[in-house]
Amino acid sequence: MCDKATDKKGRIHSVMSMGGVDGPGIRCVVFLQGCPMRCAYCHNPDTWANEAGELLSVDRIAEKVLRYRTYFGKEGGITVSGGEPLVQASFVAGLFERMHEEGVSTCLDTSGHGCSGEKLDDLLEKTDITLCDVKFTTDDDYKRYSNGSLATVMNFLEKASKARVRIWIRHVVVPGITENEDNIKRLIGIAERYKGVERIELLPFHKMCIPKYDALGIVFPLADVPECPPFVTEQLEEYIPAKYKLLKSKADV
Amino acid sequence: MEAWNGFKGTKWQETIDVRDFIINNHISYEGDGSFLEGATERTKKLSHKLDGLFELEMRFGGVLDIDTQHVTSLLNYKPGYLDKENELIVGLQTDRPLRRGVNPFGGLNMTRKACQAYGYELSEKVEEEFLYRTTHNDGVFRVYNEEIRKARHAGIITGLPDAYGRGRIIGDYRRVALYGVDRLIEEKKKDKEALASNPCDAETIRRLEELYQQINFLGKLKDMALLYEIDISKPATDSKEAVQWLYFGYLGAIKEQNGAAMSLGRVSTFLDIYFERDIREGKYTESGIQEIIDDFVMKLRMARHLRTPEYNELFAGDPMWITESVGGMALDGSTLVSKTSFRILNTLYTLGPSAEPNLTVLWSKDLPKGFKDFCAKVSCDTHAIQYENDDLMRPIYGDDYGIACCVSAMRLGKDMQFFGARANLAKLLLMSLNGGKDERYDMQIGPEMPVYEDEYLDYDKVMERMSFYRDWLASTYVKAMNMIHYMHDKYAYEKTQMALHDTDVHRYMAFGVAGLSVLTDSLSAIKYAKVRTIRDENGLIKDFETIGEFPCYGNDDDRVDSIAVEQTELFLEALKKIPTYRNAEHTLSVLTITSNVMYGKKTGNTPDGRRAGEPFAPGANPMHGRDKNGALASLNSVSKLQYKTCKDGISNTFSIVPTALGHTWEERRDNLENILDGYFARGAHHLNVNVLDRQLLIDAMENPEKYPTLTIRVSGYAVLFNKLTTEQKKEVISRTFHEGI
Repeated sequence: MCDKATDKKGRIHSVMSMGGVDGPGIRCVVFLQGCPMRCAYCHNPDTWANEAGELLSVDRIAEKVLRYRTYFGKEGGITVSGGEPLVQASFVAGLFERMHEEGVSTCLDTSGHGCSGEKLDDLLEKTDITLCDVKFTTDDDYKRYSNGSLATVMNFLEKASKARVRIWIRHVVVPGITENEDNIKRLIGIAERYKGVERIELLPFHKMCIPKYDALGIVFPLADVPECPPFVTEQLEEYIPAKYKLLKSKADV
Repeated sequence: MEAWNGFKGTKWQETIDVRDFIINNHISYEGDGSFLEGATERTKKLSHKLDGLFELEMRFGGVLDIDTQHVTSLLNYKPGYLDKENELIVGLQTDRPLRRGVNPFGGLNMTRKACQAYGYELSEKVEEEFLYRTTHNDGVFRVYNEEIRKARHAGIITGLPDAYGRGRIIGDYRRVALYGVDRLIEEKKKDKEALASNPCDAETIRRLEELYQQINFLGKLKDMALLYEIDISKPATDSKEAVQWLYFGYLGAIKEQNGAAMSLGRVSTFLDIYFERDIREGKYTESGIQEIIDDFVMKLRMARHLRTPEYNELFAGDPMWITESVGGMALDGSTLVSKTSFRILNTLYTLGPSAEPNLTVLWSKDLPKGFKDFCAKVSCDTHAIQYENDDLMRPIYGDDYGIACCVSAMRLGKDMQFFGARANLAKLLLMSLNGGKDERYDMQIGPEMPVYEDEYLDYDKVMERMSFYRDWLASTYVKAMNMIHYMHDKYAYEKTQMALHDTDVHRYMAFGVAGLSVLTDSLSAIKYAKVRTIRDENGLIKDFETIGEFPCYGNDDDRVDSIAVEQTELFLEALKKIPTYRNAEHTLSVLTITSNVMYGKKTGNTPDGRRAGEPFAPGANPMHGRDKNGALASLNSVSKLQYKTCKDGISNTFSIVPTALGHTWEERRDNLENILDGYFARGAHHLNVNVLDRQLLIDAMENPEKYPTLTIRVSGYAVLFNKLTTEQKKEVISRTFHEGI
């Protein structure tokens, strides 16, 4: 599944100059084109096709990202998302290498699928932090709702952990699928296996993506599933050990 | 002198030099906001009473009461109180809270109309008084030429202060507290004597008369204070007196003048020196000091001027621009942040969010982290403060400048400005194409030239036409301003405020532009896409068909951002060709207040695809919804405008939804700080920050009673959302809210 291109050009979906919730600090987010996962609740179907997007060099992307470096502060930097960035692992590795030369922190937003072996090792070496989306907590669910597998994401986490990459685990709470106590407990169990996991973030399932599906003429498989109200994720968050929690105190004045 | 016990330094004692006093005595505070105290029971009671009056005022249609019998001035009303027994700082503009005075010095007709708009009639007494008086407005219209009248009518120049006070002058009110009025009078008398040796030319005679008036009004200021049984002839001796003296200086100014921006200056750290001395000596506790500040701020929130509905359409929400500049760094590298910088921001919690005073943080990369944290938190909680780049302004103005109005920096007590109006750049483009004809009225406004002949617009040809009409517009604008300020000096001179300046002041003449983003995108369309002209039966260009893609301002794309930069440079150059009244220095701002809605109304279809009548973006903002690459790209585009070209300020209003800024309030606070540091490191000038959801505003529009104190930043100032017109609310809601991805 790894990309064949050895030259440092990547298929880019878009660059959003600011993400405030895409890793630590203020981050410039590069969305790559192409993803093999087909998760049932995917909110970016426009990034699936491998052949779409614009082919741009590491230097072009670096130039774009560096325009925002004054905003990065101590914590911020680049986040590469997708699509699935691992599909273009060597491009991302090249981009991250370039970012490290500039002293910019690198963050990889991934499902953990799309690349393994040495190429993955090489990329993780240049990655400071990963937002790893553990889509499901059982192999059954992975099979039923995506093209991925639990073993693949666990392999990714294993490697990331060994490479001393900071890990933030993300998980989408979908009513009737992942919205239950047992599932969250399994998720915590997975997190506990790896050193370097700093956070577990629960994201409520929403359906703002439906217009995108309509525009692409693709059927949204979860059209009939209700959105997940924020209070539900808040309730489920109570199972998460404090060490994995965001500081969520309210302003005190 | 006892009043100055414990104060260091000598220069400020010998001459009037408040900056020297501050530099010698200020106490930098590097900690966080944990020392702050909340409102006391007394403050809560007063604040509750005041909120009741504000509510009543809203229910009365925006004006609670007008005194039509007296002309506003320093001594024309009996003393007024909010709660005589309990208030710590006294003094109202008229004899009752929120009762507005009439000020016909700027223009009688405007005053009449304003009274009528709220169901009052200007009294015969005042009408008679002004029968034999020339107002500023009379003076201006005696000399306006046909060209200016037409430009005004068509709305290519709008907001000329020719019928009310020009404003934007900041008296150094701190002088009243530090020196007492007698010393100020003494110094002014010396200055007047010194002029005796000058050649007796018109300028010298004018200055002699101005000094006479300044001295006269300093005397009245003392008498005004005596009405409240307070003697301000000598320096203030403690915290309460320092605030009271200073406030009386400001009160005198707003009783005398109804200028369109009566800013306060930079008083917090000055006052802090008195506060810390009293706390050290055990005279006051933290809570006691916060009470004094709260009381002072309540008074400022009560300041009002009587305006016409047309004025409100330009500047919505009854603003006074009581701008207080907070924080910043000193030239010696120490921070001017003091505990009182926190205390004044704290009033947004002790008294609740408010549009006034217009709290403006002078941001520097070197500000203490504790203060940055506190400011960012206040922004997230109240969306009531704005930020300006101290690292950009300090090298030009030093470390004792203040902001007049929204974004206009001046050295306190040393600079003044002749401000007024904005030129509509989008309309300039249309007028250039139509050979000087207005696209809405089909009326010849500028010099005549055939309408642009070709079907498709050619960038170079359009630029050539624009340079001709730009010169005409700039010249008309400078001439109008010269006339206005000549007459304002003559018939409505700011006696109290100028008495609180050095006698030799540096003068700016501050011009403005509106519609920069519309012009920029239109020129980008002409340059990078194909723009076909669509004409009416008389051959006038009324619409455009734009074929193909073109880059829009707000996406950090140099191809188009450079057009915006160039257009500001060209306009300033054109202005500079025409000499100004009293040799003032030409400056330029990109700032619209809320007038972007009105400017849009007066402007036809533009080549960028904007339809006739649609609002412009405010200030230097990219057009709504066209900044498609996220918040930082939008900020980067605006940051390219050069402050050296737009020294009167570049206003950017930035709205971001809380969930896009961070998951927790700490993250939001930290990320907001990163945004401010990053934006200002690029040499940007100003940022209004709103951290809120569009949905909240929509709800507030439908259910105003649910949001009595919802305050938002618009262009250069904050406004109570409920005070905007429906049209203005809609425009604010349609602005880009940077969201998560």
